[in-house]
Amino acid sequence: MHKPTTLRARVAWPLGLAVVFLAAARTTAFADDAQTIAWRRQAIAVSPDTPRGYVEYQNSCSVCHGPMPERPGTRALAAKYKGSLPAMLEDRTDMQPEFIRYIVRNGISVMPPFRKTEVTDAQLDAIVAYLTRPRR
Amino acid sequence: MRTPPGISPATFAAAVSQFEKVVGPQWVFTRDEDTRLYNDAYSPFLGEPEERWASAAVAPATVEEVQEIVRIANRHSVPIYAISTGRNLGYGGAAPAWSGCVVLDLKRMNRILEVNEENAYALVEPGVSYFDLYRYIQERKLKLWIDCPDPGWGSLVGNALDRGSGYTFPYLRNHFDAHCGMEVVLANGELLRTGMGALPNSRTWQQYKTGFGPWIDGLFSQSNMGVVTKMGFWLMPQPEAYFCGRVLVRRRDDLHELVRLITLLENSNISSGCPDSSSPLLGIGSIGAQARFLAVDEPLPADDPELAALRDKAEAGDPSGLEAYGRRKNLAYWTFDIKFYGPAKVVAAQWESAKEILSAIPEAWFEDQGEYRFPLTEEPRDHARYPEFGIPSLNNFSLGARSSTNPTPSHGHMWLAPIIPRTAEAIFEANRVFGEAARQFGIPQLRFNLPAWYWQRSAIFIFGFPVSENPAENRHHREVFFHLIDVAGKHGWAEYRTGPVFQDAVARQFSFNNHSLMRFQETLKDALDPNGILSPGRYGIWPKHLRKPR
Repeated sequence: MHKPTTLRARVAWPLGLAVVFLAAARTTAFADDAQTIAWRRQAIAVSPDTPRGYVEYQNSCSVCHGPMPERPGTRALAAKYKGSLPAMLEDRTDMQPEFIRYIVRNGISVMPPFRKTEVTDAQLDAIVAYLTRPRR
Repeated sequence: MRTPPGISPATFAAAVSQFEKVVGPQWVFTRDEDTRLYNDAYSPFLGEPEERWASAAVAPATVEEVQEIVRIANRHSVPIYAISTGRNLGYGGAAPAWSGCVVLDLKRMNRILEVNEENAYALVEPGVSYFDLYRYIQERKLKLWIDCPDPGWGSLVGNALDRGSGYTFPYLRNHFDAHCGMEVVLANGELLRTGMGALPNSRTWQQYKTGFGPWIDGLFSQSNMGVVTKMGFWLMPQPEAYFCGRVLVRRRDDLHELVRLITLLENSNISSGCPDSSSPLLGIGSIGAQARFLAVDEPLPADDPELAALRDKAEAGDPSGLEAYGRRKNLAYWTFDIKFYGPAKVVAAQWESAKEILSAIPEAWFEDQGEYRFPLTEEPRDHARYPEFGIPSLNNFSLGARSSTNPTPSHGHMWLAPIIPRTAEAIFEANRVFGEAARQFGIPQLRFNLPAWYWQRSAIFIFGFPVSENPAENRHHREVFFHLIDVAGKHGWAEYRTGPVFQDAVARQFSFNNHSLMRFQETLKDALDPNGILSPGRYGIWPKHLRKPR
């Protein structure tokens, strides 16, 4: 949460959390992603060739880590890395499989851990494979 | 492997073994690395000995499996705690109310059994999330909307049973009110259907709520009388248009007439969406503004010492200076956003009618906040509108997550959310009472708070408390939380829902006639669940052997 300087700010946020925020500057430009919009509107267009990890990622992760600035995960990582790493997880090439597994099963900050009834070990393997796929 | 209190390792092992035979060993979780996933990630006791924990979890895929699990639990007196998607973060998450329960994780029961476009309803299992139903509707291009809460990963069943809320028509915003028909597994494993579902060959289970005789659905919400395995919901036909208009008023005391007229508009079906209020002069943003990551709806001069002093005077009872400031700067004291859904012509006429009615307030003025037509041709760029358009998302988690304006995110949050009357008088009184209570507790002052307007005939104050990794901080917040529950109760206000840590304290407030309501619930609990195996302690209802003197 916004670093509070008084108990007033710390203890009570009338009408939710956001009153401690000032107007947020949208410093990062994000392009619309056709696939994400498709997910919202018509579901993912899946062909037999679509990598399973891509589908699992869209189902379980992109709602927070998708390509729009209001997605909480993307927004958080943009603030964390300030451009030194991509805010979009799908653009990252530095993540190790164990790191991804640890975060999914332990959570971080306001992101809670995911139970195995939500993301099975097999689904997690597919997500890991997608996020660590070889890039050209 | 930890065992539930009072259950021997041998008995527990026997129960677990039988659970495994029912659902398969891969869907019974007993290792610590798996059971800790059921902890409440936003626990007010994060990392402390009192943090709620599960001894195991079992995840059935069918109602028959649920029945069998309940029978096994009964035979061995093993307590079980049912969750749906386990995502009511801020209200307990997936953790049991009583530590040591086996969590009955219904996430795998994720079938959408029926969606009826003509009559706008659905029948779903507990593991179906708002995202799942939205995706189903979009895939089939059905002209239906869902009334979503802010977090879209929640279960329709779980959210309704916890009595959550949304943003569209009044009769849909109250998610429990919007349900129609239930299927319930009772503690003895027997299957029950409510309403028209009890009538063999009925085709109106999701069309007529009450069936014949006592309407018992309420017994299964915010309670532990059974495990709900199916639930019907009324949906919203996709409207042609949405319009949002804003009314703005000059004076502090205009709030009385403003709240009265906004309520009249809603109760007369002139407006149809969830109203949203703000105070530009006091710097209180609407819920919509907060969802847009704005502190307030209208920009104010930053660090204006004159404004700060005038606000202090207004809060001390003399708003004249602040009102004059507002006139000079053309800033409103209060605003309300009023939402309309329907045919474009009807919506336009409703807004004209609303303006006529609200013009009874001297100097009131109006602003158009925009019209949308459906289906949308592009993603709404104003993400505050997502839930208003029936689109589930998790966007509001940005409010607590790290961001450019929030460099040190919290670990989570908990909500204090008392219901108050829908009057300006009650809003002023609640602010005075909570402000004084906070000062007594060493907190300088709670900011003036405007309620949310989810419910058609009441208002709801919402205070967010952060959960951190610092136990001393969490302890302090729990103390304030408990104190405010008592203070609210003394004034006839109480939480519409709360997390397990606070459920006993809230339930105690409902003490009319020597707690006759709780005594009635306990009578039912003892009759329906004599071994006390179903979700002990949920919403303050304890089985006989765990009940403490009041």
